[in-house]
Amino acid sequence: METTPARMLSGFEWLMLALAIAVAAFLILPTLIIVPMSFGTDGYLNFPPRGFTFRWYGEFFNDGDWLRAAWFSLKVGVLTTVVSVVLGTAAALALTRSRVPFGGLMQLVIIMPMILPQIVVAIALLLFYQQLGMVGSIAAFVASHACLAIPFVLFSVSAILKRYDVDLDAAAYVCGADRFTIFRRITLPIIWPGIASGALFSFLISFDEAVISFFLSGVSDKAIARKFFEDVELNVTPVLAAVATLLTLATILVLAATAFLKSDRK
Amino acid sequence: MGTVHHRPDIAADSPRDLSRLVGLLLILPAVALIASLFVGPVITFLLRSFEGDASPFEQYTRLFGSDIYLRVLIRTLVISFLVTLTCLVLGYPVAWLLSRLRGWKLALLALFVLLPLWTSVLVRTYAWTVLLQRNGIVNSVLTGLGLTDAPLRLLYTDGAVVIAMAHVLLPFLILPLWGSLRQIPPEFRSAALVLGASEFSIFRRITAPLSAAGVGAGCLFVFLISLGFFVTPALVGGPRSMMIGTLVSQQALDALNWPFAAALSAVITAVVLMAMPFCRRLFLVTRAEG
Repeated sequence: METTPARMLSGFEWLMLALAIAVAAFLILPTLIIVPMSFGTDGYLNFPPRGFTFRWYGEFFNDGDWLRAAWFSLKVGVLTTVVSVVLGTAAALALTRSRVPFGGLMQLVIIMPMILPQIVVAIALLLFYQQLGMVGSIAAFVASHACLAIPFVLFSVSAILKRYDVDLDAAAYVCGADRFTIFRRITLPIIWPGIASGALFSFLISFDEAVISFFLSGVSDKAIARKFFEDVELNVTPVLAAVATLLTLATILVLAATAFLKSDRK
Repeated sequence: MGTVHHRPDIAADSPRDLSRLVGLLLILPAVALIASLFVGPVITFLLRSFEGDASPFEQYTRLFGSDIYLRVLIRTLVISFLVTLTCLVLGYPVAWLLSRLRGWKLALLALFVLLPLWTSVLVRTYAWTVLLQRNGIVNSVLTGLGLTDAPLRLLYTDGAVVIAMAHVLLPFLILPLWGSLRQIPPEFRSAALVLGASEFSIFRRITAPLSAAGVGAGCLFVFLISLGFFVTPALVGGPRSMMIGTLVSQQALDALNWPFAAALSAVITAVVLMAMPFCRRLFLVTRAEG
């Protein structure tokens, strides 16, 4: 603790410390309990699990439905990342580097996906794509997820652009570089960490998103979140624990990559 | 003392060297995509709430005139309030500790808060269905300690919904509150200590009042997200603990009553939009730092 050295913690501080540690455990434990259960040999969910087996992971990787859903979500995630990174970075440049007409209004539109209640959005999009006959299409998923992810890219890129030294551009210009060269050789390398962490978060948002994915999924073309949701309701087996473990592992990897980028930036 | 240390406007003080036209060309694709394929469909859907044979407000008369629907609405408000309260009680000590730690301890605790934020809501809700099931861990602990003779029915109750939702939403309270606690100059505390104040009275007379804005913002945030929550109540809640999100989906998918689903949605959206002036700044902070 950052207190005066050699000072005993007071009763109040001990209480807060104990509460905080208990809550931290409450936050992390439920997710972690899934991990040992995914290796248990029982065919039902049991804690503490007995035995040790990779059987449930094997079943996941041999189940056409799960693999199709995972592949679908992977494609959607990658495409969402591309769309939201390009549009979000462009928007960040516009808002930080130019006096866009109606800038405040535009910014408000861009953050609307964060504000509107999830269920309302999901039902509205279902109605919209039903009329177009596009329920379960990759295009519908990518468009919807990209809207959710663009604000995150906007924030992570503009966080860097706010500290950007424009004199660098001026110097390059004086040395004869054109706009495009300046962007490619100076701006892009500087804002790269913001773009990369925005990209990782975009992928995570899309891959983990549950509500829109639930409603926009078709009978055969479904996101992994929809398949997971269905199985929690109808078909509870330890395969779910295995999938949950894999999803959590993927999240940890992405977060670790982002943290690495952030520490690199300094 | 505000909760926000970034300016609400993303670009308050950066140099503007791109022309307005270039700026417009850069921002329009994002705005057009969101306006046409996100905000637009939501507005079109909400406008359907004014469809009706008798009057444009038929759906609303039905909603507010019926005990069943009013009860769901009230239950949604009550559960959201309880979730917010739980988050505040559990989240404050964590935010307080975060504001006092440095170095690896800070990184570790922050990881504990951020990891759940980015783990799938489905996975975390699923974990609660496992924990709370009849032969789940919570029940084995309770019977093991001799607190109950037979396993309790924990899953599919209002209590399960509140706990699981609070678990999912806790980071949304902790992060803005941490932001506001971090703003309090450490000199205040040193000065109070020198003058002989106890830690508790420092908390009561300095920390708590100065973090009030952060508490308000975090609570509002959690409350608003709770109102439109779907996944967790659908999976750990029972048929008798229905919240408005589940009702919206039922009306749209099972009853195929889109205008009524739209009216219900309009009520949640109206509440959220009315609160927006208070939380717009908040979104910029928590998301940017998350």
